[in-house]
Amino acid sequence: MVEAAPALLRAVQLTRRFGGLTAVNGVSIDLHVGEVHAVIGTNGAGKSTLINLLSGELAASSGRIELEGRDITRMPQPQRARAGIGRSYQRTTVFPEFSALENARLCAQAARPRPWTLWQSAQRCAASMSAARAALDAAGLAEHAAQRAGVLSHGGQRQLEIAMCLAIAPRVLLLDEPLAGMGAEETDRMLALLGALKTSHAVLLVEHDMDAVFRIADRITVMVNGEVIASDVPQRIRTNRQVQIAYLGEGMEGVH
Amino acid sequence: MRKLAVPLISLIVLLALPAVLTPYTQDMVVRIAIYAIFALSLELLVGMTGLVSLGHAAFLGIGAYATVLLSGDAGAPLLKVLVVGVAAAAAYALFVGALSLRTRGVYFIMVTLAFAQMAYFVAHDTKLGGGSDGIFLYVKPVLELGGVFGNITLVNLDDRRHLYFTVIAALAATYGLLALIARSRFGHALAGIRVNEQRMRAAGFATYRYKLAAFVIAGALAAVAGVLLATKDGAVNPELMSWHESGAVLLMLILGGIGSLRGAVIGAAAFTLLKELFQAEALIGPLASHWQLSLGLAIIAFVALLPKGLIGLRARLMGAAHG
Repeated sequence: MVEAAPALLRAVQLTRRFGGLTAVNGVSIDLHVGEVHAVIGTNGAGKSTLINLLSGELAASSGRIELEGRDITRMPQPQRARAGIGRSYQRTTVFPEFSALENARLCAQAARPRPWTLWQSAQRCAASMSAARAALDAAGLAEHAAQRAGVLSHGGQRQLEIAMCLAIAPRVLLLDEPLAGMGAEETDRMLALLGALKTSHAVLLVEHDMDAVFRIADRITVMVNGEVIASDVPQRIRTNRQVQIAYLGEGMEGVH
Repeated sequence: MRKLAVPLISLIVLLALPAVLTPYTQDMVVRIAIYAIFALSLELLVGMTGLVSLGHAAFLGIGAYATVLLSGDAGAPLLKVLVVGVAAAAAYALFVGALSLRTRGVYFIMVTLAFAQMAYFVAHDTKLGGGSDGIFLYVKPVLELGGVFGNITLVNLDDRRHLYFTVIAALAATYGLLALIARSRFGHALAGIRVNEQRMRAAGFATYRYKLAAFVIAGALAAVAGVLLATKDGAVNPELMSWHESGAVLLMLILGGIGSLRGAVIGAAAFTLLKELFQAEALIGPLASHWQLSLGLAIIAFVALLPKGLIGLRARLMGAAHG
């Protein structure tokens, strides 16, 4: 069913070279609303580079990226973000000295920047304020709105990172290890959040926590040395011989 | 409202001061206020956007030279001088910013320095700029209102008091504009760029344009200070655009405390007063001829004792009292 719908975000034969190194080599990937598409692979497999290419942080050496069928390969990053591609970072990138609310509000402001309204206080910008509150709500941070982002717990900062993505109301979410360094309880909360988000977003999830990946992912793409070696539903990835050899090793059977 | 209390009280005091000041001290206040405008303009870049420029004096100089060149032998209207000076500086800032903002960190510092030196040498080595001696301003700008009964002179900057109030008004307007920018969406975006530009791009901000806008506004405001400085001194010379001047205004910010408008004003006052003190032969004797040395040592001492600038003095004292 899902396969039949056109992809919201599609990459075709995406390649990125750094000098002699090919970090991402001919990767094709489709992201659909209603799907969490996990990308797994060892360190240096090119997962973060793939996110950087899709979000526009890096330019592709070759290949094509389409958002709803529209070619966005050459579109600069800020414009892509406003067109509906939100991303989070592996390392937390919240603005530590701003409040959680201001972090989300600032990101929401990108949708309606109006920088020339110098007479108007940013704090009074009703549109970005309500979008920010909604994003904090969705990320489960409503009660921490007034706190400085720098003093939030690690899990709280990861949630804020998601809220900052959501603030501009993207349709595609590119999440780079949102579970990194999280405890079991925080992981459960984040997975519940991702489960809720996928109903209205196309989610690409780069994650090292295999347990979590198999719990949440609807589709898994496995990368090795910049190339896709398998892309399928979790059950079949689990039993894929090539994946077992190349990446998951002997411990594969133990994953539930 | 509380945030406005100190600036407003300071403004009222400044407006009342001429009643009690001697001409010498009044001149001193005018000089400080002009440098405060200059420092505030750089604060928009350094403190609010996180861009350290070492070429800001170019824009001060353009404002100053525009004043003198437009005035010629016959003088010129104040509005014309201001508009042309500011427009010329903004245009040069647009050019310099468009190129230099493609670089970062120490490269940005060097590129801004290079463009300022270019302006310096245009003033120094061409007929237009009058060479290393500079040019005199024979007739100071006036603001006239044309009417049925002939022209009424509203502001004549040759008059010490007129100059004083004009400079104070310009300082208040600059401070007010920057305070507005700081609380606006534009200012919040600049703050975001200062902390993490990459994150701002990922959030959807075309950060290059924001930085360029800040650079042009900063250049334009520096030109306002330049117009006033040329008018006050009655002359310009290329040293106005030299890297010493760009360094001095950076030092003002460091002395006062980067990241605060008040810090910029306090820093401008502190720097100007320290320089005056170390140049005063009556006060410190033969050492006065080596004022750069004593000023430098004093600044090093200040920065060592008050890393957050004079604006951090109160917190420092209160911290000491509690500790």
